[in-house]
Amino acid sequence: MKVNGVSHPAPTDPRRLLSDHLRHDLGLTGTHVGCEHGVCGCCTVLLDGAPVRSCLMLAVQAERHEVTTIEGLARDQAPLHPVQQAFHECHGLQCGFCTPGFVMSVVGLLAQHPSPSAQEIEEGIAGNLCRCTGYASIRRSVLRAAALSSPLVGKRRDGAE
Amino acid sequence: MKPPPFEYHAPTSVDETCSLLGSLEEAKVLAGGQSLVPLLNFRLARPAHLIDINRIDGLDRIYERDGGVAVQALARQAAVEDSELIARICPLLKDAMRLVAHRVIRNRGTVCGSLAHADPASELPAILLALGGNVTVVSRRTQRVIAADQLFTGVFETSLAADELLAEAWFPAFSGPSAILEESRRHGDFALAGVVRAGDALALFGVASRPVLADRRDPTHGLQPSGDLEATPDFRMHLVRVLTEKAFAA
Amino acid sequence: MTTRWFGAPVQRVEDDRLLRGHGRFTDDIGEDALECCFVRSPYAHARIITSIDAAAARAMPGVVAVYTAADLPFGGVDLPLLIPHPNLTHGRTQRCLASDIVRYSGEAVAFVVAENRYLAEDAAELVQVEYEPLPVVITPEVAARAEHLVHSDVPGNIAAEMLQEVGDVDAAMAAAPRRKRLRFRYERGAASPMEARAVWARWSSDEHRLTVYDSTQSPTSIRGGLAVLFSLPESSVDVIAPDVGGGFGPKIMLFYPDELLVPYAAMQLGRPVKWTEDRQEHFTAVNQERGQVHEVEVGFDDEGRLLALQDDFLHDGGAYTPYGIILPIITSAQVPGPYRIPNYRVRFRDLYTNAVPTSPYRGAGRPHACFVMERTLDAIAADLGIDRIEVRRRNLIQAGDFPYDVGVAWQDGNTVVYDSGNYPVLLDKAIALLGPKPAGDHVGMGIGIYVEGTGVGPYEGAHVQVLVSGKVVAATGIPNQGQAHATVWAQVVADELGVDVKDVEITSGDTRRFPWGVGTFASRGAVTAGNAMHVAARMVADKARQIAADHLEADPADLELAGGRVRVKGSPDRGMPLGAVAVLSNPVRYAFGGGTEAATQFAAKPRPGPPLQDGEQPGLEATGYYSPPGSTWASGCHAAYVRVDPKTFRLEILKYVVVHDCGRVINPLVLQGQIEGGVAQGIAGAFYERLAYDEDGQLRNASFMEFLMPYATEIPAIEIDHIETPSPLNPLGVKGAGEAGVIPVGAVIGSAIEEALGVPITEMPLSPLKLYELSRAHPT
Repeated sequence: MKVNGVSHPAPTDPRRLLSDHLRHDLGLTGTHVGCEHGVCGCCTVLLDGAPVRSCLMLAVQAERHEVTTIEGLARDQAPLHPVQQAFHECHGLQCGFCTPGFVMSVVGLLAQHPSPSAQEIEEGIAGNLCRCTGYASIRRSVLRAAALSSPLVGKRRDGAE
Repeated sequence: MKPPPFEYHAPTSVDETCSLLGSLEEAKVLAGGQSLVPLLNFRLARPAHLIDINRIDGLDRIYERDGGVAVQALARQAAVEDSELIARICPLLKDAMRLVAHRVIRNRGTVCGSLAHADPASELPAILLALGGNVTVVSRRTQRVIAADQLFTGVFETSLAADELLAEAWFPAFSGPSAILEESRRHGDFALAGVVRAGDALALFGVASRPVLADRRDPTHGLQPSGDLEATPDFRMHLVRVLTEKAFAA
Repeated sequence: MTTRWFGAPVQRVEDDRLLRGHGRFTDDIGEDALECCFVRSPYAHARIITSIDAAAARAMPGVVAVYTAADLPFGGVDLPLLIPHPNLTHGRTQRCLASDIVRYSGEAVAFVVAENRYLAEDAAELVQVEYEPLPVVITPEVAARAEHLVHSDVPGNIAAEMLQEVGDVDAAMAAAPRRKRLRFRYERGAASPMEARAVWARWSSDEHRLTVYDSTQSPTSIRGGLAVLFSLPESSVDVIAPDVGGGFGPKIMLFYPDELLVPYAAMQLGRPVKWTEDRQEHFTAVNQERGQVHEVEVGFDDEGRLLALQDDFLHDGGAYTPYGIILPIITSAQVPGPYRIPNYRVRFRDLYTNAVPTSPYRGAGRPHACFVMERTLDAIAADLGIDRIEVRRRNLIQAGDFPYDVGVAWQDGNTVVYDSGNYPVLLDKAIALLGPKPAGDHVGMGIGIYVEGTGVGPYEGAHVQVLVSGKVVAATGIPNQGQAHATVWAQVVADELGVDVKDVEITSGDTRRFPWGVGTFASRGAVTAGNAMHVAARMVADKARQIAADHLEADPADLELAGGRVRVKGSPDRGMPLGAVAVLSNPVRYAFGGGTEAATQFAAKPRPGPPLQDGEQPGLEATGYYSPPGSTWASGCHAAYVRVDPKTFRLEILKYVVVHDCGRVINPLVLQGQIEGGVAQGIAGAFYERLAYDEDGQLRNASFMEFLMPYATEIPAIEIDHIETPSPLNPLGVKGAGEAGVIPVGAVIGSAIEEALGVPITEMPLSPLKLYELSRAHPT
């Protein structure tokens, strides 16, 4: 399996969840685990460019696929990805626990709808729970991310670098 | 909330899958996993064997046949949502997708998995029923077609045998007046009650042990819904009447 | 001071690492730690009839240890009762692991340590416990009937009873031209932070040192408790709350069993040990709140003026009272809210039930208090046919009435005295912001005004240091769960030291950096730690002026700190960098770079005498404390228009406005986030979330599929305006803001739905089903 462009050997325990594999076997702890039943969205990662719940996949299922985690959006020291930058500018995060999941979902949303309508934003971020912000600043972040992304949409369509 | 131990199988063909299904006891098919994996994580499902069909190539097609559209076992709900073919010949199916959980779930979840899971509050079984579609199931023994009204037998129960794989669903083309309406507590949740209208046909979901066909003039006739935290039987019947009226008012 | 960071919408300094996935939450810490799982009681009330059989679990490959109460040296010790009170006559706390009676479903009975969580869960299934079910007491009403007891030695299930009276309620009630009796009910809710709880511990036998990472709101108290339990000096125990994924109250509770068991297991096993709570157990292992039933009698005159109010309420305490009776004390104190009530009597009974123990959840006793008062005013308005806004206007405490003594007990041992505020202006601004009622049927308006006692003591402290590089580091004991402490305190410190906010780095919640303090709760961070930062930074600034004065040959009073320099007022070119002052603050024998050669013994001496003179300490640093004389009282007014579909009973919030007063605002961006998030949590608790216990004490909706935390699709945009009445009690003039957003939402939504649908709203939370049933019972 390829994670953030790096190949890794297949996990050995078939019941290991992808979320646990990323966090505890590969040390990519930016992917968070909030409910392990697919409701909260904290564990969202990109699988071949599309956002999915990593707590609802077995790690072995990611074999032969490309996984992008929050750590893969912008390299260390490199400028933030437009979605990350927008969340910063719009105070789209407080405790930061749900944030990686939201960012990955929004990357997927903007790939699908580069200039999302209000309803597309609502439904695009519904599926991720946030307990801190009340979502208002996240809506603003999505709009800002769309604006920041517009010249980059083609390049970033798969969400990865 | 970690899955209990199981033996994992990853067949690469339908034949191999059927062979495994025919030979293993307590086996469960894993397609999108959006309903099954939560059950595993809660340890409410404890299959001895998990047969992951995701490595079968070419089982994700959405194609036109027999005056309708066929959706294969690995076609993701998001692909169905985005399919121009479906938008053209079965727009009701496309409309329903918006109500099925959330896009991130639909990126992984499959239409056939949803039908095989047979959650009585799920939208897709009711769509299949309202449209009069069917599913094709295969096993080592045989291949057969099950009509929608013969498929759903109870809560999370279908007429599939233990060794059968739901390989394909078929929805007839439909361009008449149609609607899917539901009341759920949050966007994307399972419905407290829902109705599907396809022309004069009416299917209800969330109000019985399985999706049921009903008469628009008396939609709650014979209905005995169960109650839960969010809806009493009485409230469910009320919602069915309200939603039916709305669906046929358009 | 030339730059004013205070009050500016500074973007958060903590975002970058969180956005890159480089946050550090407790479960992110690995170091090959063993992982754990609890065996929890499936019964709400039962006797454990045989000893717990863990043999099969212990024998399982991959299992390192299984602990039951019998295996623990502290197995027979009751966990601490955190806040004793004379009225808490029958306080009870649980033990780390139950061995005799379990009193709520989810109470811990055994603790499994294994190579990983998967194996720990497998092994937990093998632990055999035989239970004899006992009668279950659920809901405060059932508890009050006392047909069965939660604790056999607590008569009437009454943990505490308290009666307070201001004025003469009986006389005033008898004389009142009008009287009304009302009953209100609030169900339990759950804070549900996105990060559940987690604890990681390592014992170093070489260094004789215990290190604990804990997703707590109070690492300093955890450290104190662990030191006592394990007979270690506090200096040998480090407790760190790293990034914490939301707190909202229940993470202030201590000790949860894991907070003792994880460190204990690490000491016993000689390996790091970690326990990470999963979402399912979070629902039955973490404290809850809000269950209360109020019986109210109000006396008023023909103009709607309040003459007397009596409230007798039951508080659902849960199975144990580890947090004392703070919640019903707060409710008692906060029912009067912003209104003048000349005669007020409040009695509560804190009752044991076979449910998860209760302790503060954002709002802490106030949403229910506000609901009671605001619904009572609406009832008076309806009774008299007077506008709801007018009734409020006639009863509000006026701007000239401060300090206003309510006369009832407060949670810090003082009585409630409002320090400042302007409630009539709040109301006027909210009405203006709300604007005209939208057209259409089934639209209702709701309004609620609240006060909130914030910033309770006893104290917090801070350490501020200027490095020789000119950068500033500062630390405080209280941890951060998303409130942007690192940003807002940097603003406070930057102003005092005249540096750029980006040059101030804050550490919070790490006892290695600051060992003293209390915790992050009760909307107290900005007031207590914020002012401590201010005090410490001012001490550093004074010291910098003293040192620089010698070198610049100037009077300290003529010096100012600005642009990263200490300089003479009016002659900005006469000055020196703050980093150079830091160098001079520490006379050294050996230069070690960073300009420190300027402070060696052969460098030019600006003043006679020994390098460090009497009373001087090396280093440009200071430790300061702030201890509030009493709470600061924030306030606000919320108003909304809602529409309820009369057929589906779906709620649509058409407009929601907030006018808020938390004194001087440090960072409006952060404040806006706190309010928006609070209102969303309030809406969640008003129409979506509840904890549904059945009569067997089983929580029937212990998952995010059934506990309906709203998504973005359920939460409307919120319009916010502010007024600022600075608190006279602290140097910064600030009041707390963390809980404000949540407090009046139930009252506002309830009031609006009542008007929209024409059914009486006396309970929280609501739902389409509840509204359907109410509309059936009250046909229009």
